[in-house]
Amino acid sequence: MNAGRMAYDILSLGVPFSVALLLAALGEMFNQRAGVFNLGCEGIMSMGALLGFLPGYLVRSGALAPYTSLLGFALAAAVGALLGLLFGLVTVTFRAPQGIAGIGLQMLGVGVAGTLFRHFIGGVTGVEGVAAWPIPLLSRIPLLGGILFNHNPIVYLAFLAVPASWFLLNRTPWGLRVRAVGTHPRAADTMGIDVNRVRYQALLLGGAMGGLGGAYLSLCQAKMFADDLVAGRGFIAVALVYFGRWSPWGITGGALLFSLAQTFQLAIQVGGIKFPYEFAVMLPYALVILVLALTRTRSLGPSALGKPFNREMRV
Amino acid sequence: MSRRFALLYSTAVVAAAALAAAATVGLVLEVIGFSPWTTFGVILTGPLQDVFGVTEVLVRAVPLTLVALGVAISFRSGILNIGAEGQILIGILCSAGVALSFPGLPRAILLPLSLLAGTCGGALWGGIAGVLRARFDVNEILSTVMLNYIAAQLYTFMLRGPLIDPAELMTGSGTPQSMRLPRAVWLDRLVPGTRLHTGLVLALVLAALVWVLMWRTTLGYRMRAAGAGAKAARYAGVHVERALVVAMLFAGGFAGLAGAVEVLGVHHRAIEAISSGYGFAAIVVALFGGLHPAGIVPAAIFFGQLLVGADMTQRSVGVPANMILVLQGAIILAIVSAKMYLNNPYARQRAARLVSHIPGLRSVVSTAEEARS
Repeated sequence: MNAGRMAYDILSLGVPFSVALLLAALGEMFNQRAGVFNLGCEGIMSMGALLGFLPGYLVRSGALAPYTSLLGFALAAAVGALLGLLFGLVTVTFRAPQGIAGIGLQMLGVGVAGTLFRHFIGGVTGVEGVAAWPIPLLSRIPLLGGILFNHNPIVYLAFLAVPASWFLLNRTPWGLRVRAVGTHPRAADTMGIDVNRVRYQALLLGGAMGGLGGAYLSLCQAKMFADDLVAGRGFIAVALVYFGRWSPWGITGGALLFSLAQTFQLAIQVGGIKFPYEFAVMLPYALVILVLALTRTRSLGPSALGKPFNREMRV
Repeated sequence: MSRRFALLYSTAVVAAAALAAAATVGLVLEVIGFSPWTTFGVILTGPLQDVFGVTEVLVRAVPLTLVALGVAISFRSGILNIGAEGQILIGILCSAGVALSFPGLPRAILLPLSLLAGTCGGALWGGIAGVLRARFDVNEILSTVMLNYIAAQLYTFMLRGPLIDPAELMTGSGTPQSMRLPRAVWLDRLVPGTRLHTGLVLALVLAALVWVLMWRTTLGYRMRAAGAGAKAARYAGVHVERALVVAMLFAGGFAGLAGAVEVLGVHHRAIEAISSGYGFAAIVVALFGGLHPAGIVPAAIFFGQLLVGADMTQRSVGVPANMILVLQGAIILAIVSAKMYLNNPYARQRAARLVSHIPGLRSVVSTAEEARS
C-alpha cells in the first residue's frame, strides 16, 4: 500500500472516529466549566451505547424500522441526562467527592449496560445503524470530499455542535452562569445565581451529550454492541477536556488527534507492517498521558473544578 | 443534642444508603427477570454452606485486602489511585518472570525474590503516575486509567509472546499463558484440598504494618498531612510532592504484591483474566473499610463473599457476571453520599430540628438538661 493512499484512509476514517469522543468531551466540558468533574462519563457512554442500540435491535422491520436510530439517539440522550442528574444528586446535593463518585457512576453504568446486554441480547449482533449521507457537490471534491463530506449525518451535526457549544458557553447568559459557578461559585451566589441549579443543568446537558456519544459508537461506528465497546473512551473524553484547555476548539483538536492515532494504529495492522499488535493498541493511551504531561493545564482550569459548593459554609 | 440522637442519626443515614444501594441493584435484577430476594439470598448465604465456600471467600479476600491497603494509603495521601488493576498485572508479570528465569534457586531465596519482584514491578507502575502528578501536574485519575489499558496490553503481549508456555506452541493450541511456575515458589496451602494459601497470613501481617506505617511513623504522618491539606502540610515543612510519589509507590507495591501472591498462591502460572477486577473491587473495599486497615480486613472478607456469591448466582441461576459491577458502583455512590451526611453537623442539626417538631419525639433529640431548661 502506498503512503498517500494510507494517509487518505487514516484521515477519512479518523474524522468519523473522533465523533463519539467529541460529543462526550464537549458534554464533559460543560460539566467541568460548571465546576463538576464527571468521571462517570464512561458509564454514561456505555448506557447510551446500549439504549441507542436497543430500538434498532428490537425493531427489525415494519413501519417503525426507519426511525429506530432516531429513537435510539433520543433514548441515549435521555438516559445520559438521567445519569447526569444522578451524579448531580450525589456530588452537588450530597456534596460527595467527585473523583470517587465518578468511579462509582462508571461502574454502575458499565455494569448495568453489560448486565442488560447479556440478558436481553446475549451475543454480538449487528444493527443497520446510520448510513453514510454524502453532501451533494461537496463530497465530490477530490480528496477533501472523502475526508470531510462523505460521512453519516451525525458527523456533520457533531462538528456543528463545536461552534454551537462555543456560542452557548461564551455568548449566552446561561453560558456566563455556567462559567461563573465553575470559577467563583460564591460570587455567583451573591449575584443571585442558584449555583446548584446551574450545575444540575450543566450535568443534564453533559450527560445527554455523553449518551449521544455512546449511541454514536453503537449506531454509527461499530454498528453493534459489546460489553467493552466504549473501551475507555469515556475516560479519554475527560482527558481531552484537560488537553483542550476547556475550550471547544481545543477539544476538537484533541479528539481529532486521538482518533487519528487510533486509525493510524488500525492502518498499521491492515497494512501488514510488522509491529506487535498490542503496542499499536497502546499507542493512543500512551499519547494521552504524554500530551497531558507536556501541557501543564491544571492552573488553566475552572478554579472551582471539583469543589462542591455549600452556601451555609463560611469560607 | 443528645448522644442518642447522634447515634440514631448515623444509623438512619447508613441504613438509607444501604437501602438505596440495595434498591438500585434490586431494580436491575427485577428488570432482567430475577428475584432480588433469591439472588441476594444466594449471594449472602451460598458461599457459607461448606468449608470450601468459606475458604474461597478468604482466597478472594487476600488480594482484595492487599490492594485495598495500597488504595487506602494513596487515598489518605490525597492521590486517587485507580490504577491498581494495571499494577496487579505488572506485579504478576514481574513475579512470574523472575520465578521462571531462575527455576534452580532454592525456595528460601526464590520465593521472597519472586514476591519482591512483583512488589517492585507494581510500585514502579504506580510510581509513574505519582511522578506524573508530582512533576508534571498530570491528573492521577486519568494517568492511572490510561496506564491500566497500557498494562493490559503489555500483559497480553507478554503472555502471547516472550512468556508463552512452549507446550502451547508445540501442541498448537496457543492459549496465552505462561509455563507452570517451579514448585519452589508456590505458597503453601493452609487447608488441604482447598485453594486457601499462606498469602492470607501475609495480608493480615501487612494490614497491621500499614497501621503502624500510617499512624505511628513520621513518613505516614507526612503522607496523611499531604492528603488532609496540601497547603498546610507544605507550610509545616512536608515535601508534599515527595509524599505523593511515596504514596503511589506504596499503592502500586501493594497491588503488585497482590498480583504476585495471586499467581504464586492460586494459579501457579500467569493466565489471562487473572485479576478479574480486583483492582476496582479493592477501591470499594478500601472505602467500605473507612480507609483504615482495621476496617479493610473485614470489608475485604465481605466483598470476597460478594464475589464468590455473585459467581454462584451466575452459575446456578444465570445472573450475568456484570451484576457485581452494578453492586459495586451502587455501593460506592451510596458510601460517598452517606459520608457527607455523617460528617456534616449542619445536616444533623437540621434533622434534629425536623424531628423535634414531631410531637412525642422531642425527648429523642434533646438531652435531659436541655429539656429541663
